Amino acid sequence: MRENSRAHIAHHRGRSPMDRQSVGDRVISVITYIVYAFFAFVCAYPFYYIIINSISANNLSERGKVLFIPKEIHFKNYERMASIPGLMDAAKISVLRTLIGAALTVFIAAFLGYMFTRDTLWKRKLWFRFVSVTMYFNAGVIPWVLSMRNLGLANNFWGYIFPMVVQPFYIILCKTYCESVPRELQDAGEIDGAGTLRIFFSIMLPVIKPILATIAIFAAVNQWNSFQDNLLLMTNRPDLNTLQYVLYQYITQANSLKALVSNTTNASAVMAGLATAATATSIRMSVTVVVVLPVMLIYPFFQRFFTRGIMIGAVKG
Amino acid sequence: MSKKARSYVEFLYILPFLILVALVSYYPLYGWIYAFHDYMPPRPISKDTFVGLKWFAFIVENPVRLADVGRVLTNTFAMSGISLLFSWFPMIFAVFLNEIRCRPYRKFVQTVTTLPNFISWVLVYSIAFNVLSSTGAVNTILQNLGMIEKPVAFLSSKEHVWFRMWLWLTWKNAGWAAIMYLAAISAIDEQMIEAAKVDGATRMQIIMHITIPCLLPTYFVIVMLNLANFLSNGMEQYYVFMNNFNKKSIEVLDLYVYNIATSGRGNYPLSTAISMLKSLVSVVLLFITNTASRLVRGEGFI
Repeated sequence: MRENSRAHIAHHRGRSPMDRQSVGDRVISVITYIVYAFFAFVCAYPFYYIIINSISANNLSERGKVLFIPKEIHFKNYERMASIPGLMDAAKISVLRTLIGAALTVFIAAFLGYMFTRDTLWKRKLWFRFVSVTMYFNAGVIPWVLSMRNLGLANNFWGYIFPMVVQPFYIILCKTYCESVPRELQDAGEIDGAGTLRIFFSIMLPVIKPILATIAIFAAVNQWNSFQDNLLLMTNRPDLNTLQYVLYQYITQANSLKALVSNTTNASAVMAGLATAATATSIRMSVTVVVVLPVMLIYPFFQRFFTRGIMIGAVKG
Repeated sequence: MSKKARSYVEFLYILPFLILVALVSYYPLYGWIYAFHDYMPPRPISKDTFVGLKWFAFIVENPVRLADVGRVLTNTFAMSGISLLFSWFPMIFAVFLNEIRCRPYRKFVQTVTTLPNFISWVLVYSIAFNVLSSTGAVNTILQNLGMIEKPVAFLSSKEHVWFRMWLWLTWKNAGWAAIMYLAAISAIDEQMIEAAKVDGATRMQIIMHITIPCLLPTYFVIVMLNLANFLSNGMEQYYVFMNNFNKKSIEVLDLYVYNIATSGRGNYPLSTAISMLKSLVSVVLLFITNTASRLVRGEGFI
């Protein structure tokens, strides 16, 4: 990552014999290492804890016996996933909204970002303001819900998509990026007789790919994590529930979980304390892992977008 | 094609998206009209349901309601206040993280502390639930160490709710917020630090007199944004952590407007009226902080 490389050089210089560490500096070093080990532990351990518990003997994890090392490893909990009613449908909805939502968000950000750099666009500044100012106000939950109902987006899959696809932050990001691309590239296209759309698709789109990758990742994570629109809009359509919502139900509604446990396993198996019999804890933990895993898996790949990503939050309209 | 014609054609290309923005971002503002009606879904509003400022008056006239709003405002101010009070934490986190000289260790800490930012509040709650339950890791470890006798019901306790909500917020966001400061640190002029070293400055002195002063402009913007969003904590975190025990002290404005519309008979107009007042105050706050930023830094953030 670029922001580290300079600091890195500084550290090499720090090691040169020219400046030996004073005692005070060394004490600070040690304390710093310990404190950050604590922070890292606090952030990482809960993930680790849930993963090892989801693959350990269920009767042990039920009683809190699995703390650091998985015990009696088995994958029954994950094999059982398919038989949990509604879970596969929720997974399908989550995947669909993530793919469609992210793709549309990226396309709109790229296209509007590009269009807002075109001097020829009629009332360009006005429309740019019209879109970007929406970052700064919000009608409130209930007026929003009532409006979405009026638009037919409540209890409708597209209610997950349309309200989220025009993101001013991303549009501004693309606009800035397009402005940094040499003007001659577009001019050359014009001379060859390419129209506005042609220039966008065959010249600009390939050039601005790096920024689009960043936006795609952030938009996808946003869609995957989204919970509130499910809660507010899909009140009469349980078949449209997302994984996030289903997980929330499993945690808060003990009754539905009890029904699940008796559905997915033999009740007597639980009574006998069999290691692989489904328990409330095992279902909760393994579903949690399933919901968190996609994010954890792509996480190493999008780390390099962080610096640009934080810009998304700091960009000026 | 003439230049004029082309400029209209280009407008037609973006028109569908402008209409989409109008529908999903501007049209909900029209929903404020429900604050002036006796609206009970599914009966649509009409001239007969118009009640003027009845619901606004209702907020202040009904003593029970007024006490409720007071409690919710207290929660909102407390949570935002604690966040503001500790808003320096990601900056200090970044400063000392940058002091770690072992690069793989630094990278590891950064990777691990940033991960929680990318999971949803539902997942945070699920993790909290699993780790803090009566047979969860925290209770088990504390019992093994002999620090507690019986399992502590962390999530259903109503003690220190404000502070514990801040802790979860920090657990989720601090690593991510630190990245911006790390970027700012790497932009600090190397020569300044070298010069200080030649003059015999200790690391603490360099931090106090070079690093932190260089980060203050960034920090100032963060504080201003915090102030602009003082009334908007969002509802998701508080919604997932809410239960019958902590409800009284966890309800912030954003959650409250949801709760009064969905609990009991559901008072949509009252919820809308409160949202409306909140939005108006928020816009004023945004202008004040933006002006402050313009005066101090010479540029605003809008």
